[in-house]
Amino acid sequence: MGQFIYLTFDGLSRGLVYAAFALALVLIWRAARIVNFAQGAMAVAAVYVAWSVTNATGSYWLGFVVALLTGLVLGVVVERVVMRFVDHSSPLNGVVVALGLVLVLQGTLGIVYGNEYQPVRTPFSRDAFEVGGVALLSRYDLFVFAAVGAVVVALTMLFTRTNVGLRMRAAAFAPDVSRLLGVSVGGMLTLGWALAAAVGSLAGMLVVPTELGVHPTAMDVVFVSAFTAAVVGGLDSPIGAVVGGLVVGLLLSYISGYVDVTVAPMAVLALLVVVLLGRPGGLFSSSKARVA
Amino acid sequence: MSGALLEVEGLTAGYGAAPVLHDVDLTVRPGEIVAVLGANGAGKTTLLRALSGLIKPSRGRVALSGNDLAGTRVEHLVRRGIAHVPEGRGVVTELTVDENLRLGGLWQRDRADARKALDEVYELFPPLAQRRSSAGHQLSGGERQMLALGRALVGRPRLLLLDEPSLGLAPKVTGQIMALLRDLRDRTGLAVLLVEQNVRSALSIADEGVVLSLGRVVTRDKAAALRDDTDLRHAYLGF
Repeated sequence: MGQFIYLTFDGLSRGLVYAAFALALVLIWRAARIVNFAQGAMAVAAVYVAWSVTNATGSYWLGFVVALLTGLVLGVVVERVVMRFVDHSSPLNGVVVALGLVLVLQGTLGIVYGNEYQPVRTPFSRDAFEVGGVALLSRYDLFVFAAVGAVVVALTMLFTRTNVGLRMRAAAFAPDVSRLLGVSVGGMLTLGWALAAAVGSLAGMLVVPTELGVHPTAMDVVFVSAFTAAVVGGLDSPIGAVVGGLVVGLLLSYISGYVDVTVAPMAVLALLVVVLLGRPGGLFSSSKARVA
Repeated sequence: MSGALLEVEGLTAGYGAAPVLHDVDLTVRPGEIVAVLGANGAGKTTLLRALSGLIKPSRGRVALSGNDLAGTRVEHLVRRGIAHVPEGRGVVTELTVDENLRLGGLWQRDRADARKALDEVYELFPPLAQRRSSAGHQLSGGERQMLALGRALVGRPRLLLLDEPSLGLAPKVTGQIMALLRDLRDRTGLAVLLVEQNVRSALSIADEGVVLSLGRVVTRDKAAALRDDTDLRHAYLGF
């Protein structure tokens, strides 16, 4: 029972990181109908910048803030300089360009920072509290819960309570009509990319210290899990991304704990296949068919 | 022409290389309802899309109150007083009635006035007031048309570009919408460029009519004269 409780909390903590990363994918999918395969590489770039700042200043929190700002800037640059000029008549074009960006970013990061894993510290202890002899969760897990929770609440408020959020949703659903109503659709698209990249950077900052450290390909495996989470939830649904993230996190945790840690990535892919076969629109999709 | 709100001269526009519209001239004065009539494929919708900048004209001039609109971005037209209600109504079906209407006034700096305009639209369309929280896709065709019209009015336009408001609506609802347009024109001085296939309805409220055929203006005249011109009706308007 103790192991089950520990694995559950561990799965929820991992799952929230996947949820944040999946949310970043959903934000861009909703705004631009592109699955941003470069999200992982962009997040790693932000983590590297944070790592440099923390090493130079000794302040984790300064690095943390810089990572989020780097994400915002990177999102703006990728949208304005690259994605805006992609011919979106075929959904594959955006995907191919995103994959090209992965190669460029990973190559550049490798040249600048080298291709060895660099350890990244956490701001809080990762030792789990014990209650009645059962290990539950660590201070760092609580930090993950709070950080992702804050992002989910902030995004929900942004989209449902503010005029900017209303503009962003309208621009995503009906670009031409929105322009006729005075909405700067291009501006909303840029904002969507910026927010998504910042959320992706947050996920990178949360997950990288818990794995082997920072490396140009450090987010590749996380990307697969987060992509699965986004697809499980339905690429259009922010709530679906959160639920999908938690499902994937718990699955990974239980499989690692009860079966074998090496089997866990295969379980994620199996889940992806099952969902795509059984409910291709995802668990929280609307009745409309997806276009890609 | 002095006193004109909208002046269109020699407008040529289309999709790709082949123009759909050829040398279209048109004038709408303040408080005037001008009906654009013609068969399917005559270029009526293309005309509205070219006027609001959704497609770029290859030639010609469009001016509002004497100011050339060339180079004005689509999203800035609403600030100049032009509201375009596209064909198929353009309701954002994923948003609620209230969100759709608020969207119509978001560009306004004067938030209090935008709020007031929203309340006025709810007074004008009581069925919308009862369905504020309903999603756009839950509305009937008539309600969607009210919503699209109401959303345009929230921006307090001087010129309304209205594309096929009667499409798919029952005759009674069409009649209500036409009466409302006439009432708005009388009360507020709103000018309307009305694209319609329902020629009888359009001519019943229009001051003037412009008949398009294969992208060219073949006739423009007083609405009453067009109604009485049997040859023209048979040749171009199908009744």
